[in-house]
Amino acid sequence: MATDSHGSDHSAGDDGRQHVFDDPKNVKRLMRTFYAICIGVFALDLVNLVQGWMGAHELRHAERTWEGLPGFYAFYGFVGCVFLVLVAKVMRTFLMRDEDYYDR
Amino acid sequence: MIGSLPPAAVMILGAILVPALRGRLQKAYILALPLVGLAYLISLGEGQFGQVTVFSYDLTLVRIDGLSRLFGYLFHIAALIGLIFAMRAKSSMEHVAALVYAGAAVGAVGAGDLITLFVFWELLAVSSTFLIWARETERSYRAGMRYLIIQVGSGVLLLSGILVHSQATGSVAFEHLGVGTLGTNLIFLAFGIKCAFPLFHNWLTDAYPEATYSGAVFLSAFTTKVAVYALARGFAGTDVLILIGAIMTGFPIFFAVIENDLRRVLGYSMINQIGFMVCGIGIGTELAINGAVAHAFNDVLFKGLLFMSMGAVLYRTGKINGSELGGLYKSMPKTAALCMVGAASISAFPLFSGFVSKSMVMSAALHEGHDWVWLVLLFASAGVFHHAGIKIPFFAFFAHDSGIRVKEAPRSMLVAMSIAAFLCIFNGSFPNVFLYANLPFPVDYIPFTSAHVIAQLQVLFFSALAFVWLNLSGRYPPELRSTNLDVEWVYRRVAPRIVGGVTAMATSARAGVLGVLRGALNGLLTVVQRHAGPGGVMARTWGTGTSVIWVALLLSALLLMYYAR
Repeated sequence: MATDSHGSDHSAGDDGRQHVFDDPKNVKRLMRTFYAICIGVFALDLVNLVQGWMGAHELRHAERTWEGLPGFYAFYGFVGCVFLVLVAKVMRTFLMRDEDYYDR
Repeated sequence: MIGSLPPAAVMILGAILVPALRGRLQKAYILALPLVGLAYLISLGEGQFGQVTVFSYDLTLVRIDGLSRLFGYLFHIAALIGLIFAMRAKSSMEHVAALVYAGAAVGAVGAGDLITLFVFWELLAVSSTFLIWARETERSYRAGMRYLIIQVGSGVLLLSGILVHSQATGSVAFEHLGVGTLGTNLIFLAFGIKCAFPLFHNWLTDAYPEATYSGAVFLSAFTTKVAVYALARGFAGTDVLILIGAIMTGFPIFFAVIENDLRRVLGYSMINQIGFMVCGIGIGTELAINGAVAHAFNDVLFKGLLFMSMGAVLYRTGKINGSELGGLYKSMPKTAALCMVGAASISAFPLFSGFVSKSMVMSAALHEGHDWVWLVLLFASAGVFHHAGIKIPFFAFFAHDSGIRVKEAPRSMLVAMSIAAFLCIFNGSFPNVFLYANLPFPVDYIPFTSAHVIAQLQVLFFSALAFVWLNLSGRYPPELRSTNLDVEWVYRRVAPRIVGGVTAMATSARAGVLGVLRGALNGLLTVVQRHAGPGGVMARTWGTGTSVIWVALLLSALLLMYYAR
């Protein structure tokens, strides 16, 4: 919609500058950092488990036993999101219509 | 004089002068109004002001207490941020509408009685519609009309409820109501429609994406939060709200994942966030109500920030579909960074605002033994991060490069977004300084325990991991140009078709029927004479309650006929 656009630069395409994620090495670096953090936050639950055995003050004190299981939150977050996306994909098969469905 | 003027009047009456001013003076005046209003509200302190008796009803125009005060502050702050963002709007009518709309929100949360509430309730409906129509497209006109009909419909239900309730109890005071009687049930339903309860939620996802780039920012701030306030005032501790809230957090995220219009994604995500508040209100403990109010405050800021960043993208590129965007971080890096602050806040990253308020509601759910509800809320939290935290910034600013090269957002927009981003981080990092100190009940809640922080980080990072895995393995549904059917299908497709069919049949039947009717008319006159004549059933005096229901039904029918026209 042309009326909504203010200040498009119509020399669309590459502006000749190299941007941070144009370099695959930077993408790789970002992803490695991300995986490392995932492993790190998961490892905290193992620390927690050991603390529990030793009777020390727990890092992640649980309100319910099932919620205190090692990896509960990581597992729930991962499986929850996969479930969310796969169900949403199935919803598309019967809910999706053309963009101008209501305008016709 | 001062003290009898409601704080809402500053922005509402002040808006009248806006069209008379020009240039810099007009801009300064527009920005001064919410600041003056806020200063006036603070100077009033707590208490009840402007008690008047109209007919036999005792009205209290202004009530400032622990619950309404923070909402009053919030609406002034939101108005200021939105007005800065909207500085470049095509016509000053948008500013006028926004000021009246914000003023109406301030008035509604300050209302000490139900009739004052009703007046502001309707003013909210009408003024906000102009923010949709200001887009000046056929689509926005029609969406605005649907929006207005539903909003006014909520008002009609509210008024019916108020009349039945006052007839039964003799009071129009806006205190705890609770469900159970006809009057309070009608009021509950009216609040529920404005709060986007499931099945009544489509007005939001239908209208907000059709508003102007700045209009959606205002829309996201006021209407639903007034409804949240009204529920907290009238229906705290109502059990059914826990279930309704849990459903609201859950179902919209599925639609958000497959929605292409990024502002509609934000609309679905709004329903999800309101769900947390509704759930908190339903739980009804001090911790839960505090959580609901704090989350409403934070939501206005981070959702406003997200709507602003998408508004800036729409303003610059003229596009808002995920399928057409991507790679914008190259030309709009500041907007991208500010968007990600909003994304981190709504996803409840520790040190960002969503974390300190959402965790209150979730803790309250667990404390009160609502384990299943808590599991739904946790699932919804993961889902929020997935669609609002990752999908919005990813498909707009990163993903594959769409090749679109534009200028960075204008300075006024960057200023507005920066203020909102600052408040998101400030409330998230120092909740005790302002947010917790202004909640309805004293706060002895500590959000930053190691257990909370670790659990939240685990949920978030592994939700992100799911996104990465689905994306890399090609299982993530691509952004597609499409419309997804929702409840609105019933009134946007099925009902008009039925009405159309009936009209066609009626037209052909008309000729034949007319002849028969003429003959029947004489007979009918005799019957009317019997029922409506002296002593007839129609001539009796009806109870107010019954009359109100009939009037409400007739008005609703009129609205529907107008829509189907």
